[in-house]
Amino acid sequence: MGLALVGLAGIYVRALMFTPIERTQGPAQKIFYVHAPVAWAALLAFSVCGLLSLLYLMMRDRKFDLMAAASAEVGTALAVVMLTTGPLWGKPVWGTWWTWDARLTSTLFTFLLFVGYLVLRNALTDFEVRARFSAVLGVMALVLVPFIHVTVYWFRTLHPDPVVLKPDAPSLPSVMLVTLLSSFAVCTVLYIGLVMQRYALAVMQDVREEEAAGGIS
Amino acid sequence: MASSSLFGTALAVARKDLKVEWRTKTAFISSLVFAVLVLAVLYFARDKTSVGDYDLAPGALWVTFTFAGMLGLNRAFLLERENHALDGLRLTPISPTALFLGKVAGNLVFLGVVELVSLPLFILFYDVPIWRQLPTLMVVVALATIGYVAVGTLLSAMVVRTRFSEVMLPVLLLPFLVPPIVSAVQLTWRILALRPLSEMTGWLSLLAAFDIIFFTLSLLLFEAILIE
Repeated sequence: MGLALVGLAGIYVRALMFTPIERTQGPAQKIFYVHAPVAWAALLAFSVCGLLSLLYLMMRDRKFDLMAAASAEVGTALAVVMLTTGPLWGKPVWGTWWTWDARLTSTLFTFLLFVGYLVLRNALTDFEVRARFSAVLGVMALVLVPFIHVTVYWFRTLHPDPVVLKPDAPSLPSVMLVTLLSSFAVCTVLYIGLVMQRYALAVMQDVREEEAAGGIS
Repeated sequence: MASSSLFGTALAVARKDLKVEWRTKTAFISSLVFAVLVLAVLYFARDKTSVGDYDLAPGALWVTFTFAGMLGLNRAFLLERENHALDGLRLTPISPTALFLGKVAGNLVFLGVVELVSLPLFILFYDVPIWRQLPTLMVVVALATIGYVAVGTLLSAMVVRTRFSEVMLPVLLLPFLVPPIVSAVQLTWRILALRPLSEMTGWLSLLAAFDIIFFTLSLLLFEAILIE
């Protein structure tokens, strides 16, 4: 976790001071060094949550449930960063805060899906029921996301937007690429660090709840 | 038990649900009136000079079916919650598979009848004389409804155990409806525009794939919801 935070600070410094400003997009492009890696980490978090849910249903080990929940929570937080940095960049570069582009739409729905996952967890009190139900939803979500992506992708390609919003993917100069790739690495470490922290907290809560229940009976 | 086969049991569960529904008809009539109301309200939710009937109709139809279905699904397991009827069902030697199939069948009939009654009204209200395309449209309606009901039945069985089940169901279910409803709307406007079948195969196969995968998945996962 500490490593991730130091790395994050390092990324900010490198992105702002030591990476050249992109010619067509100007300083706004800098947000890319946060946005893309965070988006990657968020999608990683959601996939991990789905896989851990599947593992929970097969093994019925509490560990997997708590880890899946931690991953979903961290993923949702990262997705918020992704969905706020995106429009901030989109306004100056694309000329609009939001567009119903396939990738934007499917990440929005994925984000809402996992908000639903967390809401469901909150609404269930019994530990065992909560673990089972949220694992079922996690597995369903894992299968759903590719479906949503195909759907909105087809929707877009059948109704192309009159304005070309997406710039051609430029091959990044190596200075920018190094910044981006190290940011990817840092965000992955940050994700792992946050999940570990959140998981440790969940285990402590779990132990505390059991103690409390034991104290009453 | 004579009807101990899987489908026999499933049929018995469905028949029980429909019989309970038939006795009162409250949920059915409410869903139907609701569907007609949504169709009628959506008709006015536009500027008629810039948005024509044909442009509005597909979306209106599917928004109506989505919401009417939500009402029906909420009812399916709320019925079981009263007097702990679900615990009673669990005590009987019914396999979760049979119970799931029965619940899905009951919901399909419920929603199917609501849709069958509102379709002609939709055609009249929106003045889209597509009587000849009606069989094609009904295939699309059937395909979308199967996927919808399969996922909806699974989720409503979970949601009924939470405190705010009526609000929770749409929140969890709507993301799952993106593929079937978007496909259905796309197919519906093509049908209304009298497009050839070749323009529909893509969306039809997406719809069919969604049905097969999510029906199977819901069936497999239902056991994890039910077993204590």
